[in-house]
Amino acid sequence: MVSIEGVKFQYDAAGPVLSFPDFSCAQGDRMLLLGNSGAGKTTLLHLLCGLLTPTSGALTVGSKSLHTSTDRELDRWRGTEVGVIFQQSHFVQSLTVRENLALPHQLTTGRVPTDLESKMDDMLDRLGIGHRAGARPHELSVGEQQRASIARALLHKPKVVFADEPTSALDDESAAAVMDILDREAADATLVVVTHDQRLKDRYASCVTLNPQRP
Amino acid sequence: MKLGVTTQAWRNLQAKPLQTALSLALLAFGVGMVSLMLLTEKQVNDAFERNIKDIDLVLGAKGSPLQLILANVYHIDAPTGNISLEAAQKVVKHPYIASGIPLAYGDNHEGYRIVGTDMGYVEHYGAELADGVWWDETFDVTLGAKVAEATGLALGDTFFSAHGLTDQTDIHTNRTFTVVGVMEPSGTVVDQLILTSIQSIWDVHAHDGEEVDPSTREITAMLLKKRNPLAVLTIPNTLRDTNMQVALPAIEVNRMTQQFGLGTAALRSIAMLIMALSFASIFISVLDNIRARRHELALMRTMGGTPRTLYTLLLVEGGLLSAGGTLLGLVLSRVAMVVLSSFVEQQFHYSLSAMMPLPGELALATAAIAVGLVASAFPAGRTLRLDISKTLCEA
Repeated sequence: MVSIEGVKFQYDAAGPVLSFPDFSCAQGDRMLLLGNSGAGKTTLLHLLCGLLTPTSGALTVGSKSLHTSTDRELDRWRGTEVGVIFQQSHFVQSLTVRENLALPHQLTTGRVPTDLESKMDDMLDRLGIGHRAGARPHELSVGEQQRASIARALLHKPKVVFADEPTSALDDESAAAVMDILDREAADATLVVVTHDQRLKDRYASCVTLNPQRP
Repeated sequence: MKLGVTTQAWRNLQAKPLQTALSLALLAFGVGMVSLMLLTEKQVNDAFERNIKDIDLVLGAKGSPLQLILANVYHIDAPTGNISLEAAQKVVKHPYIASGIPLAYGDNHEGYRIVGTDMGYVEHYGAELADGVWWDETFDVTLGAKVAEATGLALGDTFFSAHGLTDQTDIHTNRTFTVVGVMEPSGTVVDQLILTSIQSIWDVHAHDGEEVDPSTREITAMLLKKRNPLAVLTIPNTLRDTNMQVALPAIEVNRMTQQFGLGTAALRSIAMLIMALSFASIFISVLDNIRARRHELALMRTMGGTPRTLYTLLLVEGGLLSAGGTLLGLVLSRVAMVVLSSFVEQQFHYSLSAMMPLPGELALATAAIAVGLVASAFPAGRTLRLDISKTLCEA
């Protein structure tokens, strides 16, 4: 589950205090965090991933109380229980797609399980990029990169998946296809989509609107 | 699938071939130069030490003392002239002198010196026979191992000598030398000499039917072993009014290596400068890596990577560069040694062979790798303070 309560955040002491509405989402549910530019969507996403620490308030994601966890605990938690799909697909450019997909396992456990490769091949095939497994990230098209990014976020079966603007640069048909993939592949996980894309507002029953933050 | 930190570091280095090659080349060149100097110093010092071997003084014609030593101990220079055998024998009989080994030469065969001497010379260097016997009759010769290998001469073969120490044009066709023995390799100057009796040297230069007054016989030098340390001070005084001098091999070699030392010190400084540049290159390479790959590093943090993981990754990259450059440098110095050896062999008939690492080289390699790691450690420290959220937002 994902739950936030009374969360405020301030980038620096002289800066504005950002406030976020309370909400919660049960395990396995889907939720949309909708907001325009400047609403603090990315800040909230980073708070939910434990990349930022709230100034006040409580954040719980899965079994983890983020506001009371140490950095070391959060590092490990991100590698095992969380999958993040970024707006722009980031990859380690010197590694192949296949190796990029295996990287979270390596970073978290120090090794790549022997059965991971077959799972990886199955997932890449389902996403239609099985033939690109040996390619370098820069050799992929933007669409292929996005699907590889989804595969990487979901391969280790995370309990919670965060997707940041997964459809922002796509036409209607492609956007629907990406969301279908996300729903299908993250069927057992809690899925939180952060977006300004109004086309998605009716997709899920649970939707929280983030209002522009005023200084 | 192997995706350990070393594999990742190696892939990252491969992804920037030019930068990696520059860092490797700079370090390899610096380490290679220092290593080559250590190897040549060791080889040259060993060769000098081996051949001095209890020769306390060299008696020869007046001239450059260093030339006297180089010509008569190492056989890599022309002699300063000839001296009277009778006068030389008087010096040997001096109470402060224990023994003397006469040397007479002036001819060669295919660039290898034909040296007239007695069995004292062979015993001094501990040379042993591989085949045949020691020279006995006039014009019998016993070959050093390297001479036999290079010229292909074998027992029973005959040859003419040529006047001079390397020249092949003025050949003495009136006298024929016969090979009666071949020596085992000894690792000393004897390996590159053709040994015979002094009488052979005199006879090859005598005109047919010429009667020679024994008191006018000359030799090139006398290798002396002292009985009393005062010989070093006393003997030169006794030679003041003669055409002879004595030189001390230990002092002359020391003076020469000191002169070489100035040159090698300059070269060593240049090598150190190149190594310093290579460390700066590794420092910049790691720093540039962090700047160019900060999004990748931030991404790795979101996938479970700890600050320590990223720090280690960058440290291993620097370590691979410094270890690779050091290893390449050591290989490079061996290749240069092979090239140098063939030149020295051709010019002076001395072999330089040094493939085993020296203790000094191990210290050099350890220091190079350690400094390379330190050069990476400083910039890699930035990853410990990486602001993941801010970095991801910059993308």
